[in-house]
Amino acid sequence: MLETLNYTPKDFKSENEVRWCPGCGDHAVLNAIQKAMANLNIKHEDYAVISGIGCSSRFPYYMSTYGFHTIHGRAAAIASGVKCANPRLTVWEITGDGDALAIGGNHFIHAIRRNIDLNIILFNNKIYGLTKGQYSPTTDRGFVTKTSPAGTIEDPFVPGRLVLGAGGTFFARCVDNNLKHSQEIFEAAAAFKGTSVVEVLQNCVIFNDGVHEAITDTKTREEHQIFLKHGEPMLFGNNRDRGLVLANGKLKVVRIGEDGITEADVLVHDAEDEDGFLHQSLINMKLPEFPVAMGVIRSVSAKVYNEAMEEQIAEVQSKSNIRNMDQLLNSGNTWKVEN
Amino acid sequence: MSIETKVIELEEVSIRFSGDSGDGMQLTGTLFSDTTALLGNDISTFPDYPAEIRAPQGTVAGVSGFQIQFGTKKISTPGDLAHVLVAMNPAAVKANARFMMPGGTIFFDSDSFTQKNLEKAKFSTEDPFAELNLIDYIKVPVPITQLTREALKDLEIDNKSILRSKNMFALGLICWVFSRPLDYIEKYIAKKFGKKELVLEANRRVLHAGYNYAHNLQHMTPRYVVHPAPIAKGTYRNINGNYATAWGLLAAAEKSGLELFIGSYPITPATEVLQALSERKDLGVKSFQAEDEIAGICTAIGAAFAGNLAVTSTSGPGFALKSEALGLGVMAELPLVVVNVQRGGPSTGLPTKTEQSDLMQTLYGRNGESPVVVVAASTPSDCFHYAFVAAKIAVERMVPVVLLTDGFLGNGTEPWRIPAMSDLPTITPRIAKDPSLFKPYNRDPETLAREWAFPGMAGFQHRIGGLEKDKGGNVSHDPMNHQIMCEVRRDKVDAVVDMVPPLELVGEQRGDLLVVGWGGTLGHLDTAVRELQADGKKVSLAHFNYIKPLPSNTAEVLSGFKKIVVCELNLGQFVGYLRDKMPDFKYLQYNKVQGLPFTIHELSAHFIKLMEE
Repeated sequence: MLETLNYTPKDFKSENEVRWCPGCGDHAVLNAIQKAMANLNIKHEDYAVISGIGCSSRFPYYMSTYGFHTIHGRAAAIASGVKCANPRLTVWEITGDGDALAIGGNHFIHAIRRNIDLNIILFNNKIYGLTKGQYSPTTDRGFVTKTSPAGTIEDPFVPGRLVLGAGGTFFARCVDNNLKHSQEIFEAAAAFKGTSVVEVLQNCVIFNDGVHEAITDTKTREEHQIFLKHGEPMLFGNNRDRGLVLANGKLKVVRIGEDGITEADVLVHDAEDEDGFLHQSLINMKLPEFPVAMGVIRSVSAKVYNEAMEEQIAEVQSKSNIRNMDQLLNSGNTWKVEN
Repeated sequence: MSIETKVIELEEVSIRFSGDSGDGMQLTGTLFSDTTALLGNDISTFPDYPAEIRAPQGTVAGVSGFQIQFGTKKISTPGDLAHVLVAMNPAAVKANARFMMPGGTIFFDSDSFTQKNLEKAKFSTEDPFAELNLIDYIKVPVPITQLTREALKDLEIDNKSILRSKNMFALGLICWVFSRPLDYIEKYIAKKFGKKELVLEANRRVLHAGYNYAHNLQHMTPRYVVHPAPIAKGTYRNINGNYATAWGLLAAAEKSGLELFIGSYPITPATEVLQALSERKDLGVKSFQAEDEIAGICTAIGAAFAGNLAVTSTSGPGFALKSEALGLGVMAELPLVVVNVQRGGPSTGLPTKTEQSDLMQTLYGRNGESPVVVVAASTPSDCFHYAFVAAKIAVERMVPVVLLTDGFLGNGTEPWRIPAMSDLPTITPRIAKDPSLFKPYNRDPETLAREWAFPGMAGFQHRIGGLEKDKGGNVSHDPMNHQIMCEVRRDKVDAVVDMVPPLELVGEQRGDLLVVGWGGTLGHLDTAVRELQADGKKVSLAHFNYIKPLPSNTAEVLSGFKKIVVCELNLGQFVGYLRDKMPDFKYLQYNKVQGLPFTIHELSAHFIKLMEE
C-alpha cells in the first residue's frame, strides 16, 4: 500500500451504544477487532462487516465501517456475495455457534470449501444466548439447558474439525479475555488470503457463565493453553517446561528434562503443512490430558475463489469476440427480413 | 394405409416430434425449428418432456415430445393439435394421440412396433391405431431403424451410435415433407461432431437417407406447402424465454453500467437462466452456483449490498426457500431481481410442466408486511423486455422485483427481431453522490426510493439490516415508527406505477366479454380472442404484464364490458387478487391445472358459451 493510514481503534467505533450484557465476552472481542482493523492499513471504507443473527451478530451496529446485519445462518452466503461483487473489500463475517454451525451449517462449510477470502469470526459460547439458553451444536453431551432439562443426548461439533473436513485452509483459536493475543490472531486472519476461520472461546455471562473457565482462567492460562506459532516449538506451562511430541502416531505431553527429553525433541509447529493430520490432533486436544491449542493452527495457501472468478472472467474475455450486448444479440444464427 | 400423392397447402401447420427420452427428439425439433425460421416462417415451439432423464425405455412415461407450429401469418402458440406426428415407437403414438388433429399424418418407425414395445406401451391388441381410434389419419410406416442400419452398413460404427442417429432419418424425412433444405442442419452437425468424423459422417448419411426416402416414396407421402410469413423488416434470431430473460438482464447491466452478479441453484425449468448467464463471462458476468436456493438469493443480496446488479433465478419450490431472504431484501431496501420460472406445484409437483400457480406465493409468501414489485413476461421473446424492465425498476427504485415467467415460456422458442441497444431505455441507478447529505434511508419525496451507497465508497459508511429502523437508519422498536415504515415500504412499491405503461386492449374498449389474462398465456388468449373478433364477436383481451402495482387505468379498462372472465393456469389466483384490488367488478374465471398450456379451441368454446348465456 502506498500511503500509511494512521487509524486508531476509535475510528472504528460507531456512535451506537453497545448493548451486550455487562461482563459478556463480546465486548473484548469488539475491542480486539477494532484494534486489529486500525493496525491493518486498509482503508476504512474498504471494510465490510456482515453478521447473521444472535448476540454476537449485533456486532456491525457497533462498528463505524460498512455493515450488514442479515438473517439467521446466512451471513456466510451474503458475505460471499459481497466479496465476489467487490473483491477489493476486506470482508468480515461475525457469527456464533448456532448461527454458523446449526441453521447456517451448509453455508459455513461451502464458503470454506470454496476458499473465498472472508474472515469468519466464530463466537463459540456453546449456548443460544439471544433466545435465552437452549443448547447449541457445540454444547457438550449431557449438558442441561432449557431445551435439554435432562441433559443433551447428542455430541457436539468441534468447529476446527468441521473446518478441516470442509477442506479449510486457515483455522485459529483464541479466547475473549486475552485481548492482545486475539488481536494478533485477527490480524493474521485478515492478512490470510482465503477463508480464515477464527474460533473465539467466548463467555456468555448470563446463560453459560464459566463454560470455558477451566481453559480461559487467566491464573492457569499458561498451564491450560498452548500458544502455537508457526516455526516455533510446541512448548507451554508457566516455565515453558512442557511440550508436545509424537509418540506411536499420537500427540503426547512431555516434560523437558525428564526421561532425557530436551527441547530439540519437541515438535515444531508447521501451520503451513498441507496435510491436516497434526492440525487435527492439535484441534482435538482437551483438558486435562492436554492443554487446549490456541493461535493459528492451520494456514495453508491455496487457490482463492474470488481471485479465480476474476481470472476466469479476464481469460474468457481475452479469447471471446463478444465484447458488448449488440455483438451478443447479433451472434450465432440470425437472418435478415427485407421488405 | 394410404393413398395417392398429395400436396396440402396450409397457412399454419403444427408438427410433433415424439420418441423415447433418449431418442434425441428435442434436438430434432430444435433443428427443424431453426431451419424453418431461417426460411422466413413465423414459429412457436413447445418442448414437452418427462421429469426423468431416461425414463424406462418404450413406456408412455418416457415419451419426450417437441411441438412446433409455423405459418404464413403471425404464430402466437405452438398449436393446439398437431397436423403431423413423428412417432419413434408405439408409446409415442399412445402419448400423443390426443394431441392429433383429425385427418392428420402419422409417420412412425414400423421397426419399433414389435410385440414387446406394444406391451411396454400397454397396448392390448396388435393394432395400436385402431385401439386409439386413430381411424381417419394418414399413417405412414417407415422402417426407420432398418433403413438407418442400411445407410451405415459400410461404416465402421458401433450399434449404439447407429441407433442414436435414427433421429436424423426422421428429421431428413420431415424436411422433405415440408420442403426444407438440409444445409443449415448439415452445418450444425458439422460443428457439433466436427472432431468425430465417423459420427459426423453417420449423421450426415442418415439425414440424407431420410430425405431421399421420402422423396422416393412420394406417391404415399403427403407434402405440405407453407409459404413464408409477412414479417416486419429487421434482423431475427430464434430465442427461448430463458435465454431472453438472461439476455435482458445482461442488457440492463450494460445500460446501467453495473456489473452483473447471479447467485443461483439449478432447478427445472429455470436452470437455463443460470447457464445462459454463466456462458457470458466475456461480458463480465459473475455467476455463482450456490450450495442451495437460500445461498443463491443470499449471495445476490450480498452482491446488491456491494453495488452489483444482483439476480437470482429459480422455480416455485426454490422460490419458497428464498422467502425469508427476499424479506431481508424488502427490509434493507436493496435492488434485487428474482426470476421465477413457474412449474406445476405444490411441492415437487410437475417439474417439467408449466403452470401459473406461484402468483400468490410471490405477492404474499413472506413473513410480515413485505411488498415487492411483480412483473410477468408473456412470450418467450418478451422475457428480454420484462427482465430488462425488472432490473430497471430494481435499481432505480431500490426495491426487490420478482419476474414471473413459466416453463412454457422458458423452454418455448420463437423468432425475435433483435433490438439495438441504443433503442433501449436508459437505466439510472440511484447511486449516492454527496456523503455530507447521505443517510441510508433518506428518500426521494416522490418515489420514496432511498439512495444506494456501497462498501468501497468513501464517506458513506453505514449499517443496514433486517431489524426495523427509523428514517435515519438506526434500529428502532418504536411502535409508531414501525407503522410508518411499513406504510412507506408499501407506498414505495405502489409508486412504481409511474413506470408502468397503461394497459392496452386487444379489441374495442366496450363489448360483451372482456378476457383477462396475465403472463405466459398471451399467445393462446390473443389467438382465441382475435379469431372470435374476426367472427364478429364483441370480445376484447386485457393482458397483464404488471401485476404489482397494477397499471393505473385498470379499473377504466375493466368497466367497459358486460362480462369479465379471468383465465389462468391455476385455480384462480390473479382473479382473487383482482377481487381484492378492484372489488367493483364481477369476475368469472376459467382455470386449468394440467401442466399444459390452454388450447385455443377450449378457450373459444368457453368464451362463446359465456357470451350466449
